[in-house]
Amino acid sequence: MLDAPLSFWLDQTINGVVIGNIYALIAIGLALIFGVANLVNFAHGSVFMIGAYAGWVCITRLHWPLPAAMLTAATLSAIVGVLIERIGLRGLYDKARIAPLLATIGISFTLDQIVQLIFTATPQGFPAPLPEQRIPLGTVSIGLLDVLIAAITVGAALALFGFLRFTRLGWALRAAAQDREAAQQMGVDTDRANMLAFAVASALGGVAGVLVGMYFNSVYTSMSFQATIKGFVANLLGGLGSVSGAILGGILLGLIESYGVALFGASYRNLFSYAMLVLVLVFLPQGLFGARRALPPEPLTGTFVPSGGRVRLPRAMMALTIGAALVPLLSDNPYLLQTLSSAFLFALLALSVTLVTGMAGQTSLGQAGFMAIGGYASALLVMRVGVPFELALLLAALSAALVGSLLMTPVFRLRSQYMAIATLGVGEIVNQVILNWDAVTGGALGLSRIPPPTFLGAPIIAPRDVYWATLVLLVAGGLLAWRMAEAHLGRTWRAIRDDEVAARAFGVNLARYKWLAFLASGFIAGLSGAFTAHTYSYINHETFAVNTSILALTMVILGGMGNLAGAVLGALALTAAPELLRAVADYRYLLYGLVLVLLIRFRPQGLLGTL
Amino acid sequence: MSVAESTLLEAHALHREFGGVVAVRDVSFAVRRGEVVSIIGPNGAGKTTLFNLLTGLDRPDAGRIWFCGHEITALSPERRAALGMARTFQHGRAFGNLTVLENVLLGAHLRQALTAPDSTPLSALRELGAAILKPPAYADEQRRLRHRAFALLQRFGERLTPRAHQPAYTLSYANRRRTEMARALALQPTLLLLDEPTAGMNPTETAEVLDFLKTLKAEGLTLLLIEHKLGLVMELSDRVIVMDNGVVIAEGAPESVRRDPRVVEAYLGHTHWGTPSSESLP
Ligand SMILES: Nc1ncnc2c1ncn2[C@@H]1O[C@H](COP(=O)(O)OP(=O)(O)OP(=O)(O)O)[C@@H](O)[C@H]1O
Ligand SMILES: [Mg+2]
Repeated sequence: MLDAPLSFWLDQTINGVVIGNIYALIAIGLALIFGVANLVNFAHGSVFMIGAYAGWVCITRLHWPLPAAMLTAATLSAIVGVLIERIGLRGLYDKARIAPLLATIGISFTLDQIVQLIFTATPQGFPAPLPEQRIPLGTVSIGLLDVLIAAITVGAALALFGFLRFTRLGWALRAAAQDREAAQQMGVDTDRANMLAFAVASALGGVAGVLVGMYFNSVYTSMSFQATIKGFVANLLGGLGSVSGAILGGILLGLIESYGVALFGASYRNLFSYAMLVLVLVFLPQGLFGARRALPPEPLTGTFVPSGGRVRLPRAMMALTIGAALVPLLSDNPYLLQTLSSAFLFALLALSVTLVTGMAGQTSLGQAGFMAIGGYASALLVMRVGVPFELALLLAALSAALVGSLLMTPVFRLRSQYMAIATLGVGEIVNQVILNWDAVTGGALGLSRIPPPTFLGAPIIAPRDVYWATLVLLVAGGLLAWRMAEAHLGRTWRAIRDDEVAARAFGVNLARYKWLAFLASGFIAGLSGAFTAHTYSYINHETFAVNTSILALTMVILGGMGNLAGAVLGALALTAAPELLRAVADYRYLLYGLVLVLLIRFRPQGLLGTL
Repeated sequence: MSVAESTLLEAHALHREFGGVVAVRDVSFAVRRGEVVSIIGPNGAGKTTLFNLLTGLDRPDAGRIWFCGHEITALSPERRAALGMARTFQHGRAFGNLTVLENVLLGAHLRQALTAPDSTPLSALRELGAAILKPPAYADEQRRLRHRAFALLQRFGERLTPRAHQPAYTLSYANRRRTEMARALALQPTLLLLDEPTAGMNPTETAEVLDFLKTLKAEGLTLLLIEHKLGLVMELSDRVIVMDNGVVIAEGAPESVRRDPRVVEAYLGHTHWGTPSSESLP
């Protein structure tokens, strides 16, 4: 590869710059919003995706000319952006920073599902309405679309600079970004500044969506999440909240990806962005281009721990467990039993989140990564090494605990929303490594024909047996979590969650207890992942994805932070209930998104309260 | 710089700036074992910043600190706590979702056999194992700690015991401050730093705190106290340090400090003197 002709590298450079321009457009929007509203907008990718679909409808269905399609996409996206700010976020600005982050994640789920309901999940072809002509430049050539993309990015950036520098509104925006309170005293309407930032940012996002659709000749709903991540990494590289940094960061990310893919192969593309996400957040939080702006300090108190409403129900838990154990004797409906079995495995995951997030206060969006380690470890131990399932399950959970918590150690020093994003990155890095470690994991092909779980050698296949096995696992995980919660360990974790500074003043070594929380949490999540792998019989690098982590966190917030019974209740409410109410099953992610948004807004202490 | 036998805490030329604002400028002082020293001064004088430097929650730009004969300037707050420093916070930092009893038990964190502040993976795993398996020694220790914590609550009369199992966020302001004091005592400190322990309390409650602090003094505990209520300061202190604008402007016995013209000047010069302080960073 390294001895490829110069023209090959020039081509890669052009590709990188073009893609980088698109990343820059997305990143500029995120930077504007971060600057003015001080929040990472995870719904930005959804706005971008909506823009892409709007452009696609205008061009392929309505046969409008490109400029009209662009304008429509920008307008529609701007409207959506303003609605997000007005309806979803306005009430959250005075809350801990993790609250609006989670709200935007919920909004993103909701928007993605709505678009999917309208247009289905199948990617739609998007032929660029441009001549296929390429402009020769010495040994290489540039497509018209490449030129258009570069022109639009540069044009948008210049227009934005002009707007920010020379107009009164732009001045208000910059004032609000610099110091909200001072701006308010000078008569700047900061609510309007926020709205304006969302409008401009979202319009740019929508345009980027159309460009990406044309560049890759397709639009699909899941493009939204990747766009958010790429935009955020670009923004991070350039220094969070810096518009000019966002442009440089975008192009840099585009180049790194382009060269990386040329050297290692296309499957490495996302690994680079996730690795950079974690590394830059942890080691270079002010970005690559100087120390203009460090991560804004989080308040010393005020993790996301709403107080109150605690309900304790150990007796009820015992009765419920016995009741649950009897279910298969009353009904042998396999559909019911399967639904409940998978709900139990989810509840186990929710328990793991309760330990690390609910109790220790370390918001983790990387739990699916622990599951993936557990799932792959167990499947490989059984299939390649011939270890019996019962032992493999235990070893897999231990590997998830050890490897997972080790991978998480760099993020211990981050707080609040940055921790959440970095853990998300770690979880995805696990999946990207699985994707690219062909020799061990089977790469993109995944692992198929994983043997079913066994008990004392007898396979667990009948729905009734699977049901009991998952219930036993859940009860075991619950008891384990409860032992820790009731010991001094649970107290120490909750103290860290409530106030890290005060905890340190009493001799609590934060890193030690965060590690223990991730270790315990990784063990339980690993159990869930391992059992899941053997019941699915097929897994790949997408089986345990970010959505799973987000769903698990939603369950924990629904049940009440640090509340073990609440986590189980939340899991059952969000997985079994919609499944059993058939009508809702198709709208599941819509439901998840709405539940998350409404909880954060109206009942952050969840159903059973914070413990 | 020799640390005399009876000196417990010594600060030398401490300096701390926040973006051009000098919060603590060249402050030196010492506290002897068993002594009660009060720090007074107008709002923004740098008292809380000084506490943060002493307890390690903030680092000085220059200067050195000794405690119990060790230099602790570079030590983490955890290590300083392990050496016997406990504190309360000006704006109240009880753990809101922990019960009163749990708050006090957390104060005794370092009194557990398995929780040394310098951590190795192995010691952490041992602690995890004990928490899950609860061997007899562990269970005994936890039971002993609970008894001691409850006894500490009883020192506050009927104020805290009936609420031992309520989460701290449900408490009144005064009771939260008492909880913080009980939590600090649970560490079994050799030096107790109290940042405005009577802020927001009425005269009866203040008198109660004064009595309590006198008892602690009688028991021989060394106290470093920030306080605006001068009556309490004069009655309790062996020595008073007066700060203004980050600088120590006077130091000595309560009576002589009260008559010091520079102190009177500071009184008159500041309208904020003695008013409950505004919300500032801890
Ligand atoms: N973390 C910080 N960042 C910036 N400035 C700070 C910080 N902490 C304290 N200051 C400033 O340092 C000065 C001293 O503050 P400090 O809180 O130590 O005063 P104080 O004597 O405790 O006052 P009070 O009686 O109001 O509690 C003030 O001007 C304050 O604004
Ligand atoms: Mg103070």
